[in-house]
Amino acid sequence: MSADITLRKGLTIPLEGEAQRKVSTAEASNAFVIYPDDFHGVVPKMLIKEGEKVALGQPVFYSKANPEIKFVSPVSGTLTQIERGAKRRILAIAIDADGKDTTTKHKISALDALSADDVKKLLLESGCWPFIKQRPYDIIANPDNAPKAIFISGFNTAPLAADVSFLLSSQEEDFQNGILALGKLAPKIHVSVDAHEDSFLTRVSGVELHRFKGQHPAGNVGVQVHHVDAVNAGETVWVINPVDVARIGMFFSTGIFDPSQTVAVAGPVVSEPSYFKTRIGAAVAPLLKQAGVQAGGQIRVINGDALSGATTHADGNLGFYNNTLTVLAEGNHYRMFGWLPFAGSKIFSMSRTSLSWLLPKRKYALDTNLNGEERALVVTGEMEQVLPMDIFPMQLLKECMAQNIEKMEGLGIYEVAPEDFALVDYASTSKIEAQAIIREALDLMIKEVG
Amino acid sequence: MKLRSSIDAIKKPFGKGQKWERFAPAVNAFDTFLFVPNHTTKKGAHIRDGVDLKRTMVTVIIALLPAFIYGVYNTGYQYFVQSGIAFTFWDALLHGALKIMPMVAVSYGVGLAIEFAFAVYRGHEVNEGYLVTGLLVPMIMPVDIPLWMVGLSVAFAVLIAKEAFGGTGMNILNPALTARAFAFFAYPTYMSGNKVWVSEASNVDGISGETILGSLAAGNDVSYSMFDMFVGAIPGSIAETSTLWVLVGAAILILTGVGSWRIMVGGVLGAAATAFLFNLWGANALMSFDWMNHLIVGGFAFGVVFMATDPVSAAQTTKGKWVYGLLVGVFCILIRVFNPAYPEGVMLAILLMNVFAPTIDHYVVEGNIKRRKKRLNASLTPAS
Repeated sequence: MSADITLRKGLTIPLEGEAQRKVSTAEASNAFVIYPDDFHGVVPKMLIKEGEKVALGQPVFYSKANPEIKFVSPVSGTLTQIERGAKRRILAIAIDADGKDTTTKHKISALDALSADDVKKLLLESGCWPFIKQRPYDIIANPDNAPKAIFISGFNTAPLAADVSFLLSSQEEDFQNGILALGKLAPKIHVSVDAHEDSFLTRVSGVELHRFKGQHPAGNVGVQVHHVDAVNAGETVWVINPVDVARIGMFFSTGIFDPSQTVAVAGPVVSEPSYFKTRIGAAVAPLLKQAGVQAGGQIRVINGDALSGATTHADGNLGFYNNTLTVLAEGNHYRMFGWLPFAGSKIFSMSRTSLSWLLPKRKYALDTNLNGEERALVVTGEMEQVLPMDIFPMQLLKECMAQNIEKMEGLGIYEVAPEDFALVDYASTSKIEAQAIIREALDLMIKEVG
Repeated sequence: MKLRSSIDAIKKPFGKGQKWERFAPAVNAFDTFLFVPNHTTKKGAHIRDGVDLKRTMVTVIIALLPAFIYGVYNTGYQYFVQSGIAFTFWDALLHGALKIMPMVAVSYGVGLAIEFAFAVYRGHEVNEGYLVTGLLVPMIMPVDIPLWMVGLSVAFAVLIAKEAFGGTGMNILNPALTARAFAFFAYPTYMSGNKVWVSEASNVDGISGETILGSLAAGNDVSYSMFDMFVGAIPGSIAETSTLWVLVGAAILILTGVGSWRIMVGGVLGAAATAFLFNLWGANALMSFDWMNHLIVGGFAFGVVFMATDPVSAAQTTKGKWVYGLLVGVFCILIRVFNPAYPEGVMLAILLMNVFAPTIDHYVVEGNIKRRKKRLNASLTPAS
């Protein structure tokens, strides 16, 4: 095992409302939704029409660019509606559960006997493939590529994010099984854990273990790739969430797509933040009710963490990937003389213009207020402070805005994902949208370089 | 809130699609000073840090105030001491305030008028940067400079040094120093010599107001103690004289993280080392002037703490900040020692390094690009 990797840059945001380590079963709900937007860059081609029956694990649509990649239903029931937006783009696919859970079962022989191609084919057929993403570009992995390694981050440092080892506490066997399957697809699997971690994740066989010490974004898989074996131009690595490794492991022992998801419902406006056992695509309303979120208040429900999650709403549904459901108060209020420095400690700030730094243990009920307005880029050094990578964030962002592909390559565009720049969004004095800039730049690279 | 709803009522005709929409930036500038607006995050991170540009700039102003207040006092102090009139602390402060507050008013008036006009013309919000520039300009001028010159210098700086380059965040040169440099070269008799540095020195014969560096350049001895120089009870530009109160400002900037300590430390190291080497050489009065004194006289401390650290015109990379700071210090002493026409070198040293800052950054960033290329090449040639 290699030595600990210590990251000195980063920031822990002391957000109130961390989920307690207790799992309840979520109340059943019939309304399921798949959001194609969860799969960036995928243009869905429907396999099932409105009103048709669908079984659990049955493909609902496939990717237009790569028809092998199929997306399956998390539940059995009837496809009730395909919601379309501008240019007939599909926004949401609603499925009404019938409660019977008729499943699509795949025939699977013992893992040892399967070749890489067999594993790949089974993952693609079963709908497990979309859990594997790739760097560069932060999109679903292209099955035709040969990755130089697969990276798994065994801890999450984002504010209020679900605790990985808690989510996996009873899934050691499945996880190991998943590693066995993924091991067929890449020459190497890297698992990174927190320096203090002592769960089974540190004892998994068939992987190279790395220990990271540091604040957010140390848990981001992209940051870990950068420090362990950075992506060069022309190379690909695949990344996958640890719970989805266990899901794949489960699939190879049962032959059934496992749609279950344990979700941490957390945030300052959640009165009893804790974990709930539910399913991918389930309605969030029952979760919010059970966790004690006041309905009707001005809240923002986020699939994922408060830094890089996607906004849904109180009547919306869980996303495909998220184990965290963050609920914040909307901050559409005015603050008189709120810009006065040294005027109090109630505003949390990385800079010491608020006295919050004198109270390091305090938690804050942050809301969605922008805390200012967008301005020209003036302050320097703050982006570097929250990006623990050998990358010049401000210079990279400027080249991204200028769409200078050669410079973007030189400055490391292949090594970053929007989520790595989430703290830049957060910390920016000028309130720039770094994640959006990086996403657009990556899309440009896909188009121009491929 | 009653105030809030009356403001909203006033702002109504400036709203989207309304009659005076294009003047909205001007109204917003005032409104956002009363209230941090109710804007929420639309994309990207859902939560944002409490800091914004207003908060940052106001922090700089707070850091400037100790030196500013001392400068106001010193203006009166120098006048009364030199003219031999008995005075109290309040007399000195009042004399200084009557001289300086009109300069501050002119600087803000002219500068903000231009900023507002450009914000409306370009359709963006008014940036807060000028709040600092507007206060800096009078702080680095000689006290007897006519008000119209202050106004003209400010107009030149904002138009040519800032807006011509695209406005806040795009300028190459520090606007406040550009204003001073403009006055310095356009009206040299008001900006140098031995008659401008003490209030009324140009009108009253009995008052001579030579700066320490000026008298050194003329080959004269220094009649001030090191303590006087440190506290700032010496002639000079309005607020540059007190190293003590500049250091208080530096402490505020460094503690809050608003000012770059690397630039400040780099500048002090560069100047100290250069001055020390010249001490060893000792070919003229300025060369043999003790290196510690070099750090506390003239505008060096003020320049390094408040002007060199302007994030827009300074180097932007961490390594670059060290190089930039060091070179500001080195060039400041070089100009002082070798060019008797400019006894104070810090203004020109910073402006020179402002020009070179992008080059310094270029080489730092290029280093990163090269590292990445090297790594790529290493991966392409398999290890034998």
